[in-house]
Amino acid sequence: MQRIPILQMGKCLLVTIQVDLQDQTALALQDDLSAKIEATGAHGVLIDISALEIVDSFIGRMLAGISGIARVLDATTVVVGMQPAVAITLVELGLSLEGVRTALNVERGMQMLRDAAVEDSRDATG
Amino acid sequence: MTQDHIAIDEILTAQHDDVLKDWLAELTTSGRSSGAALGTASRTEAQDLLGALREGVRANAGADRFEDAAPWERARGVLETLSRTRAAKGSNAGETSQFVLSLKKPLFARLQQRLGKEPDRLVGAIWSVSELVDRMAQFTVSTFQRSREEVINRQQEELLELSTPVVKLWDGVLAVPMIGTLDSSRTQLVMESLLQRIVDTGSEIAIIDITGVPTVDTLVAQHLLKTVTAIRLMGADCIISGVRPQIAQTIVHLGIDLTGITTKASLADALALALKRSGYVVTRPKS
Repeated sequence: MQRIPILQMGKCLLVTIQVDLQDQTALALQDDLSAKIEATGAHGVLIDISALEIVDSFIGRMLAGISGIARVLDATTVVVGMQPAVAITLVELGLSLEGVRTALNVERGMQMLRDAAVEDSRDATG
Repeated sequence: MTQDHIAIDEILTAQHDDVLKDWLAELTTSGRSSGAALGTASRTEAQDLLGALREGVRANAGADRFEDAAPWERARGVLETLSRTRAAKGSNAGETSQFVLSLKKPLFARLQQRLGKEPDRLVGAIWSVSELVDRMAQFTVSTFQRSREEVINRQQEELLELSTPVVKLWDGVLAVPMIGTLDSSRTQLVMESLLQRIVDTGSEIAIIDITGVPTVDTLVAQHLLKTVTAIRLMGADCIISGVRPQIAQTIVHLGIDLTGITTKASLADALALALKRSGYVVTRPKS
Protein backbone atom coordinates (compact mmCIF):
# COMPACT_ATOMS: atom_id res chain seq x y z
CA MET A 1 0.00 0.00 0.00
CA GLN A 2 1.10 3.53 -0.78
CA ARG A 3 2.30 5.65 2.14
CA ILE A 4 2.49 9.43 2.22
CA PRO A 5 5.97 10.59 3.30
CA ILE A 6 6.25 12.84 6.35
CA LEU A 7 9.23 15.23 6.32
CA GLN A 8 10.66 16.95 9.34
CA MET A 9 11.84 20.56 9.14
CA GLY A 10 13.05 21.71 12.51
CA LYS A 11 10.09 21.65 14.82
CA CYS A 12 7.62 21.28 11.99
CA LEU A 13 6.34 18.28 10.05
CA LEU A 14 5.66 18.64 6.35
CA VAL A 15 3.16 16.40 4.54
CA THR A 16 2.75 16.84 0.80
CA ILE A 17 -0.09 14.90 -0.72
CA GLN A 18 0.82 14.37 -4.37
CA VAL A 19 -1.59 11.57 -5.25
CA ASP A 20 -5.32 11.11 -5.02
CA LEU A 21 -5.91 9.83 -1.53
CA GLN A 22 -7.45 6.42 -1.00
CA ASP A 23 -9.23 5.67 2.23
CA GLN A 24 -6.54 3.20 3.41
CA THR A 25 -3.73 5.65 2.58
CA ALA A 26 -5.52 8.37 4.49
CA LEU A 27 -5.94 6.16 7.56
CA ALA A 28 -2.27 5.15 7.40
CA LEU A 29 -1.29 8.83 7.17
CA GLN A 30 -3.32 9.58 10.28
CA ASP A 31 -1.51 6.77 12.16
CA ASP A 32 1.98 7.71 10.91
CA LEU A 33 1.48 11.39 11.62
CA SER A 34 0.32 10.94 15.19
CA ALA A 35 3.27 8.59 15.85
CA LYS A 36 5.68 11.07 14.28
CA ILE A 37 4.38 14.05 16.29
CA GLU A 38 4.79 12.04 19.46
CA ALA A 39 8.32 10.88 18.47
CA THR A 40 9.65 14.30 17.38
CA GLY A 41 7.73 16.59 19.70
CA ALA A 42 6.86 18.77 16.70
CA HIS A 43 4.78 21.85 17.41
CA GLY A 44 3.50 22.36 13.87
CA VAL A 45 2.12 20.23 11.04
CA LEU A 46 1.78 21.55 7.51
CA ILE A 47 -0.37 19.60 5.05
CA ASP A 48 -0.01 20.65 1.43
CA ILE A 49 -3.01 19.54 -0.64
CA SER A 50 -2.37 21.70 -3.72
CA ALA A 51 -2.11 18.59 -5.92
CA LEU A 52 -5.29 17.07 -4.52
CA GLU A 53 -8.09 17.40 -7.06
CA ILE A 54 -10.70 14.96 -5.82
CA VAL A 55 -12.09 14.86 -2.31
CA ASP A 56 -14.97 13.03 -0.73
CA SER A 57 -16.58 13.36 2.68
CA PHE A 58 -14.19 10.76 4.11
CA ILE A 59 -11.07 12.70 3.13
CA GLY A 60 -12.66 15.91 4.40
CA ARG A 61 -13.42 14.31 7.72
CA MET A 62 -9.91 12.89 7.87
CA LEU A 63 -8.37 16.35 7.43
CA ALA A 64 -10.44 17.59 10.35
CA GLY A 65 -9.48 14.43 12.30
CA ILE A 66 -5.73 14.93 11.77
CA SER A 67 -6.06 18.52 12.93
CA GLY A 68 -7.90 17.42 16.07
CA ILE A 69 -5.35 14.70 16.85
CA ALA A 70 -2.45 17.13 16.38
CA ARG A 71 -4.11 19.65 18.68
CA VAL A 72 -4.41 17.05 21.43
CA LEU A 73 -0.69 16.31 20.96
CA ASP A 74 -0.01 20.08 21.25
CA ALA A 75 0.79 20.78 17.60
CA THR A 76 -0.83 23.34 15.28
CA THR A 77 -2.06 22.07 11.90
CA VAL A 78 -2.23 24.24 8.79
CA VAL A 79 -3.80 22.96 5.57
CA VAL A 80 -2.42 24.84 2.55
CA GLY A 81 -3.07 25.19 -1.17
CA MET A 82 -6.63 23.92 -1.40
CA GLN A 83 -7.94 24.06 -4.97
CA PRO A 84 -11.13 26.10 -5.62
CA ALA A 85 -13.02 23.01 -6.82
CA VAL A 86 -12.02 21.13 -3.66
CA ALA A 87 -13.14 24.01 -1.43
CA ILE A 88 -16.52 24.20 -3.20
CA THR A 89 -16.97 20.42 -2.92
CA LEU A 90 -16.24 20.43 0.80
CA VAL A 91 -18.69 23.28 1.37
CA GLU A 92 -21.38 21.49 -0.64
CA LEU A 93 -20.75 18.36 1.43
CA GLY A 94 -21.41 20.49 4.51
CA LEU A 95 -17.83 20.15 5.79
CA SER A 96 -16.58 23.55 6.87
CA LEU A 97 -13.53 22.09 8.71
CA GLU A 98 -14.07 24.27 11.77
CA GLY A 99 -10.90 24.51 13.80
CA VAL A 100 -8.60 23.68 10.90
CA ARG A 101 -6.25 26.51 9.99
CA THR A 102 -5.80 27.23 6.29
CA ALA A 103 -3.32 29.20 4.18
CA LEU A 104 -2.98 29.99 0.49
CA ASN A 105 0.44 28.43 -0.05
CA VAL A 106 3.30 26.65 1.74
CA GLU A 107 5.22 29.86 2.38
CA ARG A 108 2.32 31.51 4.18
CA GLY A 109 1.56 28.28 5.99
CA MET A 110 5.11 28.13 7.37
CA GLN A 111 4.83 31.79 8.43
CA MET A 112 1.60 30.94 10.24
CA LEU A 113 3.30 28.04 12.08
CA ARG A 114 6.25 30.28 13.07
CA ASP A 115 3.82 32.90 14.42
CA ALA A 116 1.99 30.22 16.37
CA ALA A 117 5.31 28.96 17.83
CA VAL A 118 6.27 32.50 18.92
CA GLU A 119 2.89 32.91 20.61
CA ASP A 120 3.27 29.55 22.36
CA SER A 121 6.72 30.42 23.74
CA ARG A 122 5.37 33.79 24.88
CA ASP A 123 2.53 32.02 26.68
CA ALA A 124 4.98 29.58 28.28
CA THR A 125 7.34 32.27 29.55
CA GLY A 126 4.40 34.49 30.18
CA MET B 1 -56.80 15.91 -54.91
CA THR B 2 -59.97 15.99 -52.85
CA GLN B 3 -62.94 18.13 -53.85
CA ASP B 4 -62.11 20.68 -51.10
CA HIS B 5 -58.55 21.02 -52.27
CA ILE B 6 -59.60 21.50 -55.86
CA ALA B 7 -61.91 24.34 -54.87
CA ILE B 8 -59.25 26.04 -52.74
CA ASP B 9 -56.64 25.64 -55.43
CA GLU B 10 -58.94 27.20 -58.04
CA ILE B 11 -59.54 30.20 -55.83
CA LEU B 12 -55.84 30.64 -55.04
CA THR B 13 -54.94 30.41 -58.72
CA ALA B 14 -57.72 32.33 -60.45
CA GLN B 15 -58.43 34.94 -57.82
CA HIS B 16 -54.96 35.26 -56.31
CA ASP B 17 -54.77 39.04 -56.61
CA ASP B 18 -58.29 39.58 -55.25
CA VAL B 19 -57.63 37.41 -52.22
CA LEU B 20 -54.39 39.23 -51.57
CA LYS B 21 -56.07 42.63 -51.85
CA ASP B 22 -58.90 41.63 -49.50
CA TRP B 23 -56.48 40.10 -47.05
CA LEU B 24 -54.38 43.27 -46.84
CA ALA B 25 -57.54 45.37 -46.53
CA GLU B 26 -58.73 43.05 -43.73
CA LEU B 27 -55.38 43.51 -41.97
CA THR B 28 -55.71 47.29 -42.09
CA THR B 29 -59.32 47.39 -40.87
CA SER B 30 -58.85 44.78 -38.14
CA GLY B 31 -56.92 47.59 -36.48
CA ARG B 32 -54.72 45.34 -34.44
CA SER B 33 -51.66 45.94 -36.53
CA SER B 34 -50.74 49.57 -36.88
CA GLY B 35 -50.85 51.20 -40.32
CA ALA B 36 -47.12 51.74 -40.41
CA ALA B 37 -46.38 48.05 -39.96
CA LEU B 38 -48.46 47.28 -43.05
CA GLY B 39 -45.85 48.35 -45.56
CA THR B 40 -44.37 46.58 -48.51
CA ALA B 41 -42.89 44.03 -46.11
CA SER B 42 -46.34 42.72 -45.17
CA ARG B 43 -47.35 42.63 -48.81
CA THR B 44 -44.35 40.49 -49.75
CA GLU B 45 -44.94 38.24 -46.76
CA ALA B 46 -48.60 37.80 -47.69
CA GLN B 47 -47.70 37.05 -51.31
CA ASP B 48 -45.10 34.48 -50.30
CA LEU B 49 -47.51 32.82 -47.91
CA LEU B 50 -50.28 32.57 -50.51
CA GLY B 51 -47.84 31.01 -52.95
CA ALA B 52 -46.64 28.52 -50.37
CA LEU B 53 -50.21 27.72 -49.40
CA ARG B 54 -51.13 26.96 -52.98
CA GLU B 55 -48.11 24.70 -53.30
CA GLY B 56 -49.19 22.71 -50.24
CA VAL B 57 -52.80 22.47 -51.39
CA ARG B 58 -51.73 21.30 -54.85
CA ALA B 59 -49.63 18.56 -53.30
CA ASN B 60 -52.83 17.48 -51.57
CA ALA B 61 -51.26 17.65 -48.11
CA GLY B 62 -53.56 17.52 -45.11
CA ALA B 63 -53.61 20.19 -42.45
CA ASP B 64 -53.07 17.63 -39.68
CA ARG B 65 -49.42 17.15 -40.65
CA PHE B 66 -48.58 20.80 -41.18
CA GLU B 67 -45.68 20.75 -38.69
CA ASP B 68 -43.64 18.02 -40.38
CA ALA B 69 -44.99 17.12 -43.84
CA ALA B 70 -42.69 17.84 -46.80
CA PRO B 71 -45.24 19.73 -49.02
CA TRP B 72 -45.63 22.35 -46.29
CA GLU B 73 -41.93 23.03 -46.02
CA ARG B 74 -42.08 26.29 -47.93
CA ALA B 75 -45.06 27.53 -45.93
CA ARG B 76 -43.25 26.72 -42.70
CA GLY B 77 -40.18 28.57 -43.92
CA VAL B 78 -42.23 31.68 -44.77
CA LEU B 79 -43.99 31.60 -41.39
CA GLU B 80 -40.72 31.12 -39.53
CA THR B 81 -39.10 34.17 -41.13
CA LEU B 82 -42.29 36.10 -40.49
CA SER B 83 -42.37 35.24 -36.77
CA ARG B 84 -38.68 35.92 -36.33
CA THR B 85 -38.79 39.36 -37.91
CA ARG B 86 -41.91 40.23 -35.86
CA ALA B 87 -40.27 38.99 -32.64
CA ALA B 88 -37.18 41.06 -33.38
CA LYS B 89 -39.36 44.12 -34.09
CA GLY B 90 -41.14 43.64 -30.77
CA SER B 91 -44.69 42.88 -31.99
CA ASN B 92 -46.83 40.82 -29.65
CA ALA B 93 -48.04 37.27 -30.28
CA GLY B 94 -51.63 38.41 -30.91
CA GLU B 95 -50.68 40.70 -33.79
CA THR B 96 -48.53 38.01 -35.32
CA SER B 97 -51.24 35.33 -35.30
CA GLN B 98 -53.84 37.88 -36.40
CA PHE B 99 -51.83 38.35 -39.58
CA VAL B 100 -52.39 34.72 -40.53
CA LEU B 101 -55.93 34.46 -39.18
CA SER B 102 -57.08 37.44 -41.28
CA LEU B 103 -56.69 35.22 -44.33
CA LYS B 104 -59.86 33.33 -43.34
CA LYS B 105 -62.38 36.03 -44.23
CA PRO B 106 -61.31 36.60 -47.87
CA LEU B 107 -61.05 32.85 -48.49
CA PHE B 108 -64.44 32.14 -46.91
CA ALA B 109 -66.03 34.88 -49.02
CA ARG B 110 -64.57 33.41 -52.23
CA LEU B 111 -65.68 29.90 -51.32
CA GLN B 112 -69.18 31.24 -50.62
CA GLN B 113 -69.30 32.78 -54.09
CA ARG B 114 -68.05 29.65 -55.77
CA LEU B 115 -69.90 26.93 -53.88
CA GLY B 116 -72.92 28.89 -52.60
CA LYS B 117 -75.33 26.53 -54.35
CA GLU B 118 -73.80 23.33 -52.93
CA PRO B 119 -74.00 23.63 -49.11
CA ASP B 120 -72.40 20.23 -48.48
CA ARG B 121 -69.26 21.02 -50.45
CA LEU B 122 -69.17 24.56 -49.03
CA VAL B 123 -69.12 23.32 -45.43
CA GLY B 124 -66.41 20.77 -46.27
CA ALA B 125 -64.23 23.35 -48.03
CA ILE B 126 -64.68 25.93 -45.28
CA TRP B 127 -63.74 23.36 -42.68
CA SER B 128 -60.55 22.50 -44.62
CA VAL B 129 -59.54 26.14 -45.00
CA SER B 130 -60.33 26.91 -41.40
CA GLU B 131 -58.27 23.98 -40.14
CA LEU B 132 -55.37 24.89 -42.38
CA VAL B 133 -55.30 28.56 -41.40
CA ASP B 134 -55.61 27.65 -37.71
CA ARG B 135 -52.65 25.32 -38.03
CA MET B 136 -50.61 28.02 -39.71
CA ALA B 137 -51.50 30.51 -36.99
CA GLN B 138 -50.58 28.01 -34.27
CA PHE B 139 -47.27 27.31 -35.94
CA THR B 140 -46.58 31.04 -36.24
CA VAL B 141 -47.29 31.65 -32.58
CA SER B 142 -45.12 28.79 -31.37
CA THR B 143 -42.22 29.91 -33.57
CA PHE B 144 -42.75 33.48 -32.39
CA GLN B 145 -42.67 32.36 -28.77
CA ARG B 146 -39.57 30.25 -29.34
CA SER B 147 -37.63 33.12 -30.85
CA ARG B 148 -38.70 35.40 -27.99
CA GLU B 149 -37.52 32.79 -25.49
CA GLU B 150 -34.18 32.54 -27.29
CA VAL B 151 -33.77 36.30 -26.84
CA ILE B 152 -34.63 36.05 -23.14
CA ASN B 153 -32.22 33.18 -22.54
CA ARG B 154 -29.40 34.99 -24.29
CA GLN B 155 -30.02 38.11 -22.24
CA GLN B 156 -30.11 36.10 -19.01
CA GLU B 157 -26.75 34.56 -19.77
CA GLU B 158 -25.24 37.92 -20.61
CA LEU B 159 -26.63 39.40 -17.41
CA LEU B 160 -25.16 36.57 -15.37
CA GLU B 161 -21.70 37.16 -16.78
CA LEU B 162 -21.93 40.94 -16.59
CA SER B 163 -23.04 41.12 -13.01
CA THR B 164 -20.20 39.26 -11.32
CA PRO B 165 -16.87 40.98 -11.84
CA VAL B 166 -14.02 40.32 -9.43
CA VAL B 167 -11.98 43.50 -8.94
CA LYS B 168 -8.60 43.97 -7.35
CA LEU B 169 -8.76 46.82 -4.82
CA TRP B 170 -5.25 46.65 -3.47
CA ASP B 171 -2.29 44.34 -3.52
CA GLY B 172 -3.72 41.22 -1.86
CA VAL B 173 -7.27 42.56 -1.59
CA LEU B 174 -10.04 41.42 -3.95
CA ALA B 175 -13.64 42.66 -4.06
CA VAL B 176 -16.87 41.40 -5.63
CA PRO B 177 -19.68 43.94 -5.93
CA MET B 178 -22.83 41.82 -5.99
CA ILE B 179 -25.74 43.29 -7.97
CA GLY B 180 -29.18 41.69 -8.06
CA THR B 181 -30.76 38.71 -6.39
CA LEU B 182 -28.47 35.94 -5.21
CA ASP B 183 -29.63 32.52 -6.34
CA SER B 184 -27.80 29.19 -6.44
CA SER B 185 -26.42 29.54 -9.97
CA ARG B 186 -25.16 33.09 -9.38
CA THR B 187 -23.56 32.17 -6.07
CA GLN B 188 -21.87 29.24 -7.78
CA LEU B 189 -20.52 31.50 -10.53
CA VAL B 190 -19.32 34.16 -8.07
CA MET B 191 -17.74 31.54 -5.84
CA GLU B 192 -15.88 29.91 -8.72
CA SER B 193 -14.54 33.13 -10.24
CA LEU B 194 -13.60 34.59 -6.83
CA LEU B 195 -11.79 31.45 -5.66
CA GLN B 196 -9.93 31.20 -8.96
CA ARG B 197 -8.83 34.84 -8.69
CA ILE B 198 -7.67 34.21 -5.11
CA VAL B 199 -5.45 31.39 -6.38
CA ASP B 200 -4.20 33.44 -9.35
CA THR B 201 -3.35 36.57 -7.40
CA GLY B 202 -2.48 35.02 -4.04
CA SER B 203 -4.78 37.51 -2.33
CA GLU B 204 -5.36 36.99 1.38
CA ILE B 205 -8.49 39.10 1.78
CA ALA B 206 -11.71 39.03 -0.24
CA ILE B 207 -14.50 41.57 0.22
CA ILE B 208 -18.05 40.69 -0.84
CA ASP B 209 -20.09 43.86 -1.22
CA ILE B 210 -23.86 43.29 -1.00
CA THR B 211 -24.99 46.90 -1.47
CA GLY B 212 -26.70 45.88 -4.72
CA VAL B 213 -28.52 42.89 -3.25
CA PRO B 214 -32.14 43.99 -2.74
CA THR B 215 -33.15 41.46 -0.08
CA VAL B 216 -31.41 38.99 2.16
CA ASP B 217 -33.48 36.00 3.24
CA THR B 218 -32.37 32.73 4.80
CA LEU B 219 -31.50 31.23 1.40
CA VAL B 220 -29.36 34.19 0.35
CA ALA B 221 -27.66 34.14 3.76
CA GLN B 222 -26.93 30.45 3.33
CA HIS B 223 -25.35 31.14 -0.07
CA LEU B 224 -23.22 33.88 1.48
CA LEU B 225 -22.15 31.57 4.31
CA LYS B 226 -21.14 28.90 1.80
CA THR B 227 -18.99 31.37 -0.13
CA VAL B 228 -17.35 32.62 3.05
CA THR B 229 -16.59 29.06 4.20
CA ALA B 230 -15.08 28.15 0.83
CA ILE B 231 -12.87 31.25 0.94
CA ARG B 232 -11.73 30.35 4.44
CA LEU B 233 -10.93 26.79 3.35
CA MET B 234 -8.68 28.20 0.64
CA GLY B 235 -6.74 30.05 3.30
CA ALA B 236 -8.01 33.59 2.70
CA ASP B 237 -10.20 35.87 4.80
CA CYS B 238 -13.57 37.24 3.82
CA ILE B 239 -15.30 40.48 4.74
CA ILE B 240 -18.93 41.18 3.88
CA SER B 241 -19.66 44.85 3.32
CA GLY B 242 -22.56 47.04 2.25
CA VAL B 243 -25.03 45.74 4.84
CA ARG B 244 -27.86 48.26 4.84
CA PRO B 245 -29.79 49.00 8.06
CA GLN B 246 -32.97 47.25 6.84
CA ILE B 247 -30.96 44.19 5.85
CA ALA B 248 -29.22 44.11 9.23
CA GLN B 249 -32.66 44.16 10.87
CA THR B 250 -33.96 41.39 8.61
CA ILE B 251 -30.92 39.23 9.35
CA VAL B 252 -31.41 39.56 13.09
CA HIS B 253 -35.18 39.04 12.93
CA LEU B 254 -34.75 35.91 10.83
CA GLY B 255 -32.28 34.61 13.38
CA ILE B 256 -29.51 34.09 10.81
CA ASP B 257 -26.25 33.34 12.58
CA LEU B 258 -23.40 35.36 11.08
CA THR B 259 -20.97 34.92 13.96
CA GLY B 260 -17.44 34.34 12.78
CA ILE B 261 -18.02 36.48 9.69
CA THR B 262 -16.69 40.01 9.60
CA THR B 263 -19.36 42.42 8.38
CA LYS B 264 -18.98 46.11 7.66
CA ALA B 265 -21.52 48.79 6.78
CA SER B 266 -19.68 50.15 3.76
CA LEU B 267 -17.05 49.08 1.26
CA ALA B 268 -14.77 51.88 2.53
CA ASP B 269 -14.83 50.43 6.05
CA ALA B 270 -14.07 46.99 4.68
CA LEU B 271 -11.12 48.30 2.65
CA ALA B 272 -9.80 50.15 5.70
CA LEU B 273 -9.95 46.93 7.73
CA ALA B 274 -8.31 44.95 4.91
CA LEU B 275 -5.44 47.44 4.70
CA LYS B 276 -5.01 47.38 8.48
CA ARG B 277 -4.88 43.58 8.49
CA SER B 278 -2.29 43.51 5.71
CA GLY B 279 -0.19 45.94 7.73
CA TYR B 280 -0.71 49.07 5.63
CA VAL B 281 -1.07 52.49 7.27
CA VAL B 282 -2.87 55.23 5.40
CA THR B 283 -1.57 58.71 6.20
CA ARG B 284 -2.18 62.17 4.76
CA PRO B 285 0.98 64.28 4.68
CA LYS B 286 0.23 67.86 5.77
CA SER B 287 0.44 70.27 2.89
